[in-house]
Amino acid sequence: MPSTYKAPEYPYVTPPEIAAGGVVRTQVAIVGAGPIGLAAAIDLALQGIDFIIVDDNNTVSVGSRAICYAKRALEILDRLGCGEPICVRGISWKVGKVFFHDKLAYQFDLLPEPGHKRPAFVNLQQYHLEEALVDRLAALGHAVRWRNKGIGIEQDADTARLTIETPDGNYSIEADYVIAADGARSAMRDLMGLEWKGQVFHDRFLIADVHMQGEFPIERWFWFDPPFHPGQSVLLHRQADDVWRIDFQLGWGADPEEEKKPERVIPRIRAMLGDERPFELEWVSVYTFQCRRLDRFVHGRVIFAGDAAHQVSPFGARGANSGFQDTDNLCWKLARVLRDQSPASLLDSYDRERVEAAEENILNSTRATDFITPKTPVSRTFRDAVLSLSQRHPFARQLVNSGRLSMPTTHRGSALSSLDRDVFAGAMVPGAPAADAPVRVRGGSGWLLDEIGGHFDLLVFGPVAPPWLDELQRSLGGEVRLTLIVARPTDNATAGVRVIEDVEGLMRQRYDSVAGTVYLLRPDQHVAARWRAPRLVEVLEGLVRAQGRGGH
Amino acid sequence: MSLNTDPNFDRPDDFYQALIDAHAGLTEAQSAALNARLILLLANQVGDFDTLRAAIAAAREALD
Repeated sequence: MPSTYKAPEYPYVTPPEIAAGGVVRTQVAIVGAGPIGLAAAIDLALQGIDFIIVDDNNTVSVGSRAICYAKRALEILDRLGCGEPICVRGISWKVGKVFFHDKLAYQFDLLPEPGHKRPAFVNLQQYHLEEALVDRLAALGHAVRWRNKGIGIEQDADTARLTIETPDGNYSIEADYVIAADGARSAMRDLMGLEWKGQVFHDRFLIADVHMQGEFPIERWFWFDPPFHPGQSVLLHRQADDVWRIDFQLGWGADPEEEKKPERVIPRIRAMLGDERPFELEWVSVYTFQCRRLDRFVHGRVIFAGDAAHQVSPFGARGANSGFQDTDNLCWKLARVLRDQSPASLLDSYDRERVEAAEENILNSTRATDFITPKTPVSRTFRDAVLSLSQRHPFARQLVNSGRLSMPTTHRGSALSSLDRDVFAGAMVPGAPAADAPVRVRGGSGWLLDEIGGHFDLLVFGPVAPPWLDELQRSLGGEVRLTLIVARPTDNATAGVRVIEDVEGLMRQRYDSVAGTVYLLRPDQHVAARWRAPRLVEVLEGLVRAQGRGGH
Repeated sequence: MSLNTDPNFDRPDDFYQALIDAHAGLTEAQSAALNARLILLLANQVGDFDTLRAAIAAAREALD
């Protein structure tokens, strides 16, 4: 049992429907209160959508599980109003070191560019993260229905019906939509008989949370074939509260039950530490990994997100991080459909965009796994050749793959994006997640990403507002938040138009912008369209397309 | 850049002898390691993915 953490026990409350007749109606039912279900609940709460969230357990995750939260996930958590406690509690890192045998092969720095609010990664035990999300949801006036287990799902044209089992008996939830966020072993997926396609890797890994006063720097250390664990790989990573994550590759032949025993685990850790410093084992698990996904994530009124929809190996931290991007992508679309602002076909774009992202994550994860666990003798020969060359020859470091760490997907071909008609350089193509930059707003310093999202945002690069801005405002009635980006303070205020100062010129640079450039951003902060000097009609067309109202 | 399969060595016989000599005294596993390292070094020299892909296909051709 962890000595550094006591898991909360959330109260089970008899659902009112059990006494009152057995059925409740809501707009969205969320199955699973792990990180992804909780993020979905917070997002819907912020948008004023009625929902119920259920979980079959009454506490947070056992063991640290997902520990690396990437910059994009942190930005999403910021938008949900809980990035700060997670970043404060977590351990920020950006340097990774790769060792081969007993020598450093190379090291990488993930975020050499300053001028972003969030670091490349924050490490935090999943239980801390879940607790922060539960607290945030409570602050918004909502609670999870703990020990409420989804045991049945059916749907017709208008309604999805969940059967929920509780200690006091069963009841039904009728919902316009169900978000199935019930994890890699998704019961919803099984209940619907959906095929879970992909690859299971023939290898086993021992994963241990170790509490110790370490002298290792705050970096990700990955060993290939180290003297203390010959022939296999080892990963060392720091978490909060002086807890360290250590992964030992064991090979396919290892016996999971035997390997979990402290008398097996402790000597392995002792050999790695190479000294007699005290440590305590907090949690041990043995896992195999899989790269699998559903063919489609939207099945009528049941929508899958996170590990329930797609599963990857842990190398690359692409599990929870991509799950947060799922709900980020989904919730604004769901809210628009539920408010009759967009047709239900808008949800098809969730399916396409997040399937595209899952493919990208699975490709990266599979490649990393093939490098870490070579499947054939020749694959191992090349792997070791890469590692041995990497110590002296920089080119080979490009090929070393101990996990390509999570980056958000740019939805290049999205039906919601408008193709560029003007010439732009840089990364902010339609479909890309918006880059952060330091700004000045409301008389104080801030960050661009804290100022956008949750609405459609139109960023107009000044110094002056284009003549059509008034008319746009009138025709949209507040549906799009308008912002004028200026290089220095201006008195040129237009009613209803917010002014943000690009204090360091980094927005101009990162968005390849000049006077008159306009960006349309989606509520999930992805670029929908951009223009050099658009006419009003082009902006309106771009908005209609981004809202899935265009017809195809 | 496309794959050049026309004669391009400036000293073909010297290259061939150097290649074989490099393997002298090595075990089979060491020879395999040397070949792998050599392929990686040369592949980086080429760099261009289309050319490398064409070379891989040409190497594989006779074996299927």
